[in-house]
Order: sequence, then C-alpha cells, then structure tokens
Amino acid sequence: MADAANIAAASAAVEDAVLRIRNLDFYYGDFQGLKGVSMDVARHKVTAFIGPSGCGKSTLLRTFNRMYDLYPGQRAEGEIIFNGKNLLDKKQDVNLVRAKIGMVFQKPTPFPMTIYENIAFGARLYEKMSKSEMDDRVEWALRKAALWGEVKDILQRNGLSLSGGQQQRLCIARAVAVKPEIVLLDEPTSALDPISTAKIEELVAELKEEYTIAIVTHNMQQAARISDYTAYMYLGELVEFGVTDELFVKPKHKHTEDYITGRFG
Amino acid sequence: MNLYQRRIWTNRVGIGLSMLAMSFGLLALLWILWTLFSKGFSALSWEFFTQDTPAPGTEGGGMRNAIVGSGMILLVTTLVSTPIGILAGIYLAEYGRVSRFAAITRFVTDIMLSAPSIVIGLFVYALMVATLGGFSGWAGSVALSLIAIPVVVRTTENMLKLVPTSLREAAFAVGAPRWQVSIKVTLRAVKAGVVTGVLLAIARVTGETAPLLFTALNNQFFSTDMSEPMGNLPVVIFQFAMSPYDNWIELAWGGALLIALLVLSINIATRIIFRQKKHL
Repeated sequence: MADAANIAAASAAVEDAVLRIRNLDFYYGDFQGLKGVSMDVARHKVTAFIGPSGCGKSTLLRTFNRMYDLYPGQRAEGEIIFNGKNLLDKKQDVNLVRAKIGMVFQKPTPFPMTIYENIAFGARLYEKMSKSEMDDRVEWALRKAALWGEVKDILQRNGLSLSGGQQQRLCIARAVAVKPEIVLLDEPTSALDPISTAKIEELVAELKEEYTIAIVTHNMQQAARISDYTAYMYLGELVEFGVTDELFVKPKHKHTEDYITGRFG
Repeated sequence: MNLYQRRIWTNRVGIGLSMLAMSFGLLALLWILWTLFSKGFSALSWEFFTQDTPAPGTEGGGMRNAIVGSGMILLVTTLVSTPIGILAGIYLAEYGRVSRFAAITRFVTDIMLSAPSIVIGLFVYALMVATLGGFSGWAGSVALSLIAIPVVVRTTENMLKLVPTSLREAAFAVGAPRWQVSIKVTLRAVKAGVVTGVLLAIARVTGETAPLLFTALNNQFFSTDMSEPMGNLPVVIFQFAMSPYDNWIELAWGGALLIALLVLSINIATRIIFRQKKHL
C-alpha cells in the first residue's frame, strides 16, 4: 500500500532531517508491527503520527528511543540515522540515546519524589551541576513547560500531588531538563481535559523553536492544528507522509482521505 | 417455597456459617491474649526490666538479660536481612524477570519461606556453632536472618511488580540506567510496602525459639558480647515455663506477654504505614 515514490517525494520536502528512517521493520515476537517504514523527521518541526488503533504509530515512536529494548522478544531491523549514526546499532548506548531523545507518555508519570527532584533526576544523570546551577535548570525547565508560575512555591511537594494536566507538564519539563534534541510525545493529551489539552498544544508550538517534536495522536484535529508534517499509518505501513496542510486538504491516497474524513477508524 | 425465598435462606445460612467460623478464629486469638494478660501482666514490674534472670531457688529476678539479648539479636538480624532481602527482591523484579537464575532463586526462596525453623537452627549449628567453637549471639542472628530474608525478598519483589510499567518506562526515558531506575524510582514508589515487609519479617522471627536453642542458646547473666551465648526471650520462656519454680513460671508468662505485645504492635504499625502511603 505504501507508495515509495510518494514517500520519497515527501522526504525530499524535508530539508533538514534530524531522523532518517529507512526500511524499518519491527517485530513483536513473530508478529510484524512495522513494515518497511521510510521517512524523515524534520528538525525543529512538529511531526504528527496518525492512524487507527494498532496501526503501529506508537510502535514507531518507541523505536526512536529504543524503548522496546526493555522487552525481550521485541526487535527492530533497518536504519534510523540520528547524528550520523544508526540508532538501532547494537553498539549504540541506549541510555545516551534516551538522554538525547526524550519521551512523554499518555498517562502522566511523575516520579514518586518532589517536584524539584522530578526535574533534577534526569538532569543530573549526564551533567555535573552545582546546587545553584541545578536550581536554575529546574526553573528553566519548568518555565519551558509553562508550569513555573503554578509550582514555584511548592517545589518540595510531591509530584503526585499535582493535577493531571500539571503532572503532564511536569513530565514535559522533566524531558526538556535533560536538554534533548528530540521530544517524543505518545498521545500526551488523551488522558487530559480540554483546557489542559489546549495548554499542552500551546506548549508544543513553543517547544518546536528549540526542539524537534514527534507526536502520536488519536485526535486528527490536534494533528492538523499543531503539526508541520503528518504521517498516516495503517496496519504497520506508512501510507502517506507529507506537509500537514497538504495531507489534510488534498490527501494523495484514498485510504488517507477515508480516515481523515471519518469514514473509518 | 419459591426460588426467591430459597435464595434468601441460602444466603442467611451461608452468612451464619461464615460468622461461626470467624468467631472460632477470633475466640482463639482473644483467649490467648486474655490468658497472657491475666497471667503475665502482674509479672511486668520494674524488676522485670531491671533485674536479670534468677538462679534456681532464688526469689524475684527479672528478664533484663533476655530482653537486651533478644533486642541485640533482632537488631543484627534486621541489619543483615534488610539489605540482602531488598537487593535480592530488586534483582528478581527488575533484572531477572525472565532469567533462569532468577527462577531458581525464586523457587529456593519459596522453599526457605516454608522451611521448618528447627531445620534452620540445626543448619546454623552445624555451620557455625560446631565449627567455631560455641554458641553465640552472632549464630542466633544468622539463623534468624535465614528465616527473615525470604520474607523480605518476596514482599519486595511482589511490591515492585505492582509498579505500573509506565512509571518504569518513564524513568528509562530520561536516560537513567537500570540501577537508578530501580533504586530511585520504582523502589521509592513502593517504599511503604517494602518497609511493611521488613517489619513483618521482624515480627515473624521475634518469637522464633527453635533456631535460637541451637545457636544463641541462653545466658543467665547480663551480656552484650555477641560472640558469647546470649540470653533471649523465647528460650528463657521455654526454659522457665517448664521449670518447677513459681517465680520462673511467672516470669515466663511476663515474657510471653511482652513478645505478644511486641508482635502485635509491629503488626499494627505496618497497617498504619501501609495505609498512609499506598498511592502509586
């Protein structure tokens, strides 16, 4: 179903790619979750991954930071070129990859520690920082996540005491604090109310100034609102990939059109 | 009688039988506590805590040496079994989910959980007492640790398994190595449960007698030297309760009450701790 020429055209449209994905296959044991995916992720842009449940969009996102490595039986084949190296290479240090490519999950997952420590935990893994430098980093990250104003007086309170929307922004701050190049968002708003969702969407628009954002979403309006590029996936294949405005207005594939117009999915 | 009425009556009979079964259990517990209080409370005097166990045929006396001895043996047991048990539990839950070595460890732990304490006592006797030339408080602590460690291992592992995958993944996602994820995030998330496990392990070994008979033995004099035989509550209670002297028997009741109260308060403490910090 994937039209190689079409994808090549779209990839060509990505001028400055931070991730180059080539012929990526992914297996859950015997089941093949991704089939020959090839695309580029543009630097300092928002790339959205859409498609019906089970299409492989989360699976694809989880190959970018090798999250699947935690589970024996899951494996990826192909290439994901990041800073000139193949991320999938066995010799690649996965912890370093994850420090460079941060991730925020569907359900807010604050660590069972203070708000301050939630941010400092990741930041102190790869950088030696004095107390005052760390204070600055925590404030900086919380400002980036538009959370500073709400928590600056309660930094020593447990992260779990925040509301769901605040917890999710704390998780974004935590990811940003490590100073990654890419931030992966796996359905970051599907557990949140509309107001919290709007805040996260605004945040994504600001964050792309400095970071590359890859977001998986079930919400097509969200993808249309916040992304520069959109990838539509179905049954483990990349069906269509292109500039968001074009893909939503004039999809090249009948299948994409059916999905975005709500005829199925 | 129609179907509806029959169901109501079946229900009543069911509840009745359960209540009866429950009251048997509760009755036994209350009976034990009542007997201990009525016979042991009078023994818990100032002298009970300040004087040492009396020689045969002498009046009065207390349990000071046994209380201090038990305290020291239990303290060492806790210091030994807590780190070993928690680290082994972390290994089983975080590192060895699918490894063969972990499966064997898990199996051995289960056997140790149900091993008769007298067997453990004899084992430590053969290992330490017979070879190192005598009964000692250290040997007592080793025997009790062997009983306590499996309890801590299994509670730690079971608690860590309750940690949602999402939290573990989130910790890996910032680039943390596995040991930091385990110690700083997942273990922290189940702190209350792990502390509960340690306390329950202590409660479990507090009243153990058989392992101490073969290891710490007893000492009728006050001693804080762990390399010598050491007085301890369970063995003193065992010895005094079987004796013909009235003051010894009374002291034994007092000691039994003391142990029961200790175990009871540990159990209540664990309930309070666990209830306060259960959110994951």
